[in-house]
Amino acid sequence: MTAAAPHILSVQRLQKYFPVRSGLLGRASAWVQAVDDVSFEIAAGETLGVVGESGCGKSTTGRLLMRLIEPDAGQIRFEGKLVGRDLKVSDLRRSMQMVFQDSYASLNPRLAVADSIAFGPQTHGMPRERAIGRARELLGMVGLEPSQFERRYPHELSGGQRQRVNFARALALDPKLIILDEAVSALDKSVEAQVLNLLVELKKNLGLTYLFISHDLNVVQYVSDRVLVMYLGKVAEVGPVDAIYGAPQHPYTRALLDSRPSMDPEIRVEHPPLTGDPPNPINPPSGCRFRTRCPHAEAVCQTQEPDLRPAHGAPGHLVACHMRRAGSGHSQAAPLVRFGDREPSR
Amino acid sequence: MSNSEQSTVRVSLDTPGAVGSAPGMDVPVGYAQARSYWRGVFHRVLRDRVTIGCTLVLGLLVFLAIAAPVLPLIDPDVANSGDRLLPIGSPGHLLGTDELGRDMLSRLIHGARLSLLMGVGPVAVALLVGGVLGLTAGYLGGRTNMIIMRITDVFYAFPSILLAVAIAGALGAGITNALVAITIVFIPPITRVVESVTTQLRSMDFIDAARASGASTFSIIRTHILGNVLGPVLVYATVLVSVAIVIAAGLSFIGLGASPPEAEWGLMLNTLRQSIFLAPWISLLPGLMIFITSMCFNLISDGLRSAMDVRY
Ligand SMILES: Nc1ncnc2c1ncn2[C@@H]1O[C@H](COP(=O)(O)OP(=O)(O)OP(=O)(O)O)[C@@H](O)[C@H]1O
Ligand code: SF4
Ligand SMILES: [Mg+2]
Repeated sequence: MTAAAPHILSVQRLQKYFPVRSGLLGRASAWVQAVDDVSFEIAAGETLGVVGESGCGKSTTGRLLMRLIEPDAGQIRFEGKLVGRDLKVSDLRRSMQMVFQDSYASLNPRLAVADSIAFGPQTHGMPRERAIGRARELLGMVGLEPSQFERRYPHELSGGQRQRVNFARALALDPKLIILDEAVSALDKSVEAQVLNLLVELKKNLGLTYLFISHDLNVVQYVSDRVLVMYLGKVAEVGPVDAIYGAPQHPYTRALLDSRPSMDPEIRVEHPPLTGDPPNPINPPSGCRFRTRCPHAEAVCQTQEPDLRPAHGAPGHLVACHMRRAGSGHSQAAPLVRFGDREPSR
Repeated sequence: MSNSEQSTVRVSLDTPGAVGSAPGMDVPVGYAQARSYWRGVFHRVLRDRVTIGCTLVLGLLVFLAIAAPVLPLIDPDVANSGDRLLPIGSPGHLLGTDELGRDMLSRLIHGARLSLLMGVGPVAVALLVGGVLGLTAGYLGGRTNMIIMRITDVFYAFPSILLAVAIAGALGAGITNALVAITIVFIPPITRVVESVTTQLRSMDFIDAARASGASTFSIIRTHILGNVLGPVLVYATVLVSVAIVIAAGLSFIGLGASPPEAEWGLMLNTLRQSIFLAPWISLLPGLMIFITSMCFNLISDGLRSAMDVRY
């Protein structure tokens, strides 16, 4: 790899299967394919939004990146350095931090707010006095008056205030990239807007990069530069936010966008909205995992797994769908060669 | 950035930070209001009369037990065949005498030494061993957890008294062996409580956040786990002290703990058994002491539990 990698984070073929244990000896009888062959990049300074239905592997991806769980396979490069070889996990964790959805569960109920924030710097050898000073500074940065809040306990704070404390803690180690896992989803709408604005402001002032995980398509559209759509542990589509929202290429992305509540009743639904639940990730459908719910599913979708390929239009827009791959055998795909030669490209 | 949420936070009396302030009083700006969790617990305990009362009773008992050798008491081991089974209130023998004419007051107070030791000692040691096992099993999870907990389950399958009798019987009579037996009996339940609380904590995001900050396992356990485990375990340990006193008395009663002429409540209960029809009140005194002591530990445990129960 070249030293001057253009991306702050690059993920290749990340995979995590969780064992489903049963019986007295707890042997794995099946595997939940939570994250399967996921690759993407994040450029320094951008916000990559990650969307998808519940259980599609968004949080698992975040935790894998932080190495809170060990990946089965795949490579993570941070600033071009391969994590585990060129970069120690402990060093990765200083440069990358994570904020979790449940603002309450992510704070120790027995620690005052300032102590929670100071824990990280103290761990890295900062003396307590200075770490508490840093915590006060950070509280101010996230909009909480230090003298009023530093000695409070988590249960003495509102959800929005708690999540601000969680941001402060994530910022305490001066990270370059922050993974925000449903960081605003549990807040009510007015507080959510305030906290989102804070996030945008912090990013600008501190030159941060965000991986923004959410199931709220509107919020993702608001904060993201690029968007990654996940379905059952796989990347369905990834691209610039305008391309994803303006010209979605994957039937799943379209369905997701169509199924979000629209403010405007005049907007016609052109594609059938998403119905039913996603299939069980223990035995995902063969071929394209979306085929059981896809209105365009054909024979090829069952036998062949579509891989992520450039979609025409915006540069950097990738989609995994046979319909979008010339010569794939799907009736709506463009022919591979002008004379109708249907030789598979392989 | 505006913060409309900030000004609305109110503190109620139930929160540790609000001690001494009126319910619902707004936190004054710039005033460091919250106190440490344990100080809050302490203040709530102070307001609980039953817990305070029980603590005083136990405190008195511990004081008497420690001071017994220097107190103006009749030698507990001096028998006097002329003064057998004197009734309560006899001159010179405030609580009467036993079947050998020994002073009951002196024997009960001296008996507290052994009985309290046998109640607190095994629990303290079991707390240490069970605590380490439970933390290890709970924090590491997986195989380690399975191995530790399966072994624990084996011991757990027997009723504690039965197990204590079996172990003490195998080791042979004597106070030390009784102490060892009771300790072994208590390690599995304490391991279990610590393990279950730790496992629960382990899955919480604040532990992951601490891991993500690069902290070592040891420092995470010290800062984030121990403080949260201590509360429930302390409550449980207080209950166990009362159980230990009863088991110790039981072991002595069947001849596996203290042996004559030692003063120990369970043993006294045993030897006075034959006199129950001659002097029923005297024969009941050791039992009463066992009852009061174990009851006090139980009530204190209840009090601690509610004092630690912060509403989140
Ligand atoms: N520790 C685990 N052990 C076993 N299975 C797990 C574990 N963590 C997640 N899973 C499974 O992996 C799949 C992906 O979970 P994940 O939490 O990543 O989804 P998600 O996209 O974050 O969903 P949500 O929007 O509900 O948060 C789910 O089927 C989940 O049940
Ligand atoms: S590959 Fe086939 S089933 Fe999958 S999304 Fe495309 S058309 Fe639908
Ligand atoms: Mg999630």
